[in-house]
Amino acid sequence: MDTLLQQIINGLVLGSMYALVALGYTMVYGIINLINFAHGEVLMVGALTSYSCINLMRDAMPGAPGWLILLLALLIACVVCAVLNFCIEKIAYRPLRNAPKLAPLITAIGVSLLLQTIAMMIWKPNPKAYPTLLPNDPINVVGAVITPTQILILAVTVVSLSVLMWLVNTTRLGRAMRATAENPRVAALMGVNPDRVISATFIIGAVLAAIAGVMWAANYGTAQHAMGFMPGLKAFTAAVFGGIGNLAGAVVGGLAIGLIESIGSGYLSQLTGGVLDSRYSDVFAFVMLIVMLTLRPSGLLGERTADRA
Amino acid sequence: MNKLLSNVNFQSRQSKIVLGILLCLLPLLLQPIGNFWVRTADTALLYVLLAVGLNIVVGYAGLLDLGYVAFFAVGAYLFALMGSPHLTETFSWIAMLFPAGMHLSIWLVLPLAILVAGLFGVLLGAPTLKLRGDYLAIVTLGFGEIIRVFLNGLDHPVNLTNGPKGLDNIDSVKFLGLDLGKKLDLGFIELSSVTLYYYLFLALVVVAIIVSHRLADSRVGRAWMAIREDEIAAKAMGINTRNLKLLAFGLGATFGGVSGAMFAAFQGSITPESFSLMESVMIVAMVVLGGLGHLPGVVLGAVLLAVLPEGLRWFSSLLDLQALTDGRLDASILRQLLIALAMIGIMLVKPKGLWPSPERGRTLLVKAKAKAKAKAKVEAADAVKAKEVAA
Repeated sequence: MDTLLQQIINGLVLGSMYALVALGYTMVYGIINLINFAHGEVLMVGALTSYSCINLMRDAMPGAPGWLILLLALLIACVVCAVLNFCIEKIAYRPLRNAPKLAPLITAIGVSLLLQTIAMMIWKPNPKAYPTLLPNDPINVVGAVITPTQILILAVTVVSLSVLMWLVNTTRLGRAMRATAENPRVAALMGVNPDRVISATFIIGAVLAAIAGVMWAANYGTAQHAMGFMPGLKAFTAAVFGGIGNLAGAVVGGLAIGLIESIGSGYLSQLTGGVLDSRYSDVFAFVMLIVMLTLRPSGLLGERTADRA
Repeated sequence: MNKLLSNVNFQSRQSKIVLGILLCLLPLLLQPIGNFWVRTADTALLYVLLAVGLNIVVGYAGLLDLGYVAFFAVGAYLFALMGSPHLTETFSWIAMLFPAGMHLSIWLVLPLAILVAGLFGVLLGAPTLKLRGDYLAIVTLGFGEIIRVFLNGLDHPVNLTNGPKGLDNIDSVKFLGLDLGKKLDLGFIELSSVTLYYYLFLALVVVAIIVSHRLADSRVGRAWMAIREDEIAAKAMGINTRNLKLLAFGLGATFGGVSGAMFAAFQGSITPESFSLMESVMIVAMVVLGGLGHLPGVVLGAVLLAVLPEGLRWFSSLLDLQALTDGRLDASILRQLLIALAMIGIMLVKPKGLWPSPERGRTLLVKAKAKAKAKAKVEAADAVKAKEVAA
């Protein structure tokens, strides 16, 4: 029982990070129908930027409390990632908006590779030990343990999601985003500037990915140039799982994938008598995706994807 | 560039013969410089084989497959299992069946590789038939990763693939009393092992190109292109889209299987890391950068992306780049950097690839124009309606 609770806690933490990244995928896909393969790399850039910032700030102000340094590093990472994603869209995707559909997909893969390579050149390929800035003693919750970092991740996710929901549902920009996702040309006729909306979408997605990246690095204690790819892939899976283009779906999908992965890899070895073990945890997300797309191509909460899938 | 390319007429008999002679002489010219360059040419030919195979799936049938390397892996592991001591060492009953080791003949293994890879192709195709475009891309990508995870993990409870360590001591290709793993002395000239492999791969590539070219002009090929351009219309014309898509997946996979088997024999050892997602991406990049659905373009893309990095490696070793940049920039990093830049740059300048097929461009353009017109009409009506509602 305790292990189950523990796996659920781990799954929720993992899932909320997936959810943050999945939101970026789903928003971009909803508006310009592009799998932004480079989105996972934005997460990586966020994590590594914050790593460098933390090291710099620790030297500059040795007495500062850990949470303040983490917060400042998070803010800087968000800004860097926002600028980066804005530039990516402007340089690699915007000129290809009316090109054959495979073209932007290839540039997206190219950007992903480029960011990984540049990160490898800047930060060198070895994994970095991410400094622990928060108290690390686990708190007991009915037999299972949760670390302050994990609590922080859950809290930050809830806050970011509320801000995002407010932004999308009540502000002028949010209305413009929804209109553009529905039909970009008509939205343009109604006075929405689609280019600006798309840029805004990429910036918002980047901020969410940067938050997820910093949290990811803080939770697992390492950061590396290749860290973004798998989470990115699984987050996309989560977005498809929940119904692409649907914000609530991305969150539900992210949590579901996180839980399935965590619980699955925890019990897989017992269930199969040691034949399969936790090395297969990466397979879960993909098997779930294939099953989901075969049985319900529009995803858990999706509606208008019937024509696409 | 385009003018230059269109002036080269590959249809004429003379140019074909000249090209053939040049390709046959190439390893003999490269051999004195160093076997490294012949090896590079060998790898390039294997990539051409892969790209021609993937072109059937992506270029002809329009199904974006990001897990193509899985079939490459299947072919390679099949050959490796049949031709290395691993199986007989692990399973005593196999050792009893084959006291002298398995070392099956290439005439048996190659058809088997074709069959098994084709089967895997159909296996992947079946659940993804309803999916299109990006969804298909992601599912095939997932499939490729699943295969790799299994190759890594199947070293217990039964040690089938030897896990991350991979398989080694794989037999070289032997046929008609000729062992491609050893050098051949013809008296007046000595052919090294890599040169012999070059001729084998060249022959395979020629066969693959002929098959692929004949397929494109056949009833099946035309049906694939109809599916690619408009699946619903193709269905309405009486094309069995389900079977034809499966056929595309299966046939494309067989090319991957053959290429994989050759790769295993050529390298002598394989590990799961040779079949990473990056390889799939590279093959897709070759097809798309060269020119989707256009064989000369695909070959060009494959040769370019396969030779360029090797050339760079040589160049950077000449400069001792690693020491120059404090370990930040070595040959493999430079290679990745340039491939990434090439992918972005070529797509931005020529979204249809370096050497696109002439008709494909035309039909798409006409279609896109008609579509845009129809769309504009509908949207104008929408807008009028919306304004009326607002008023």
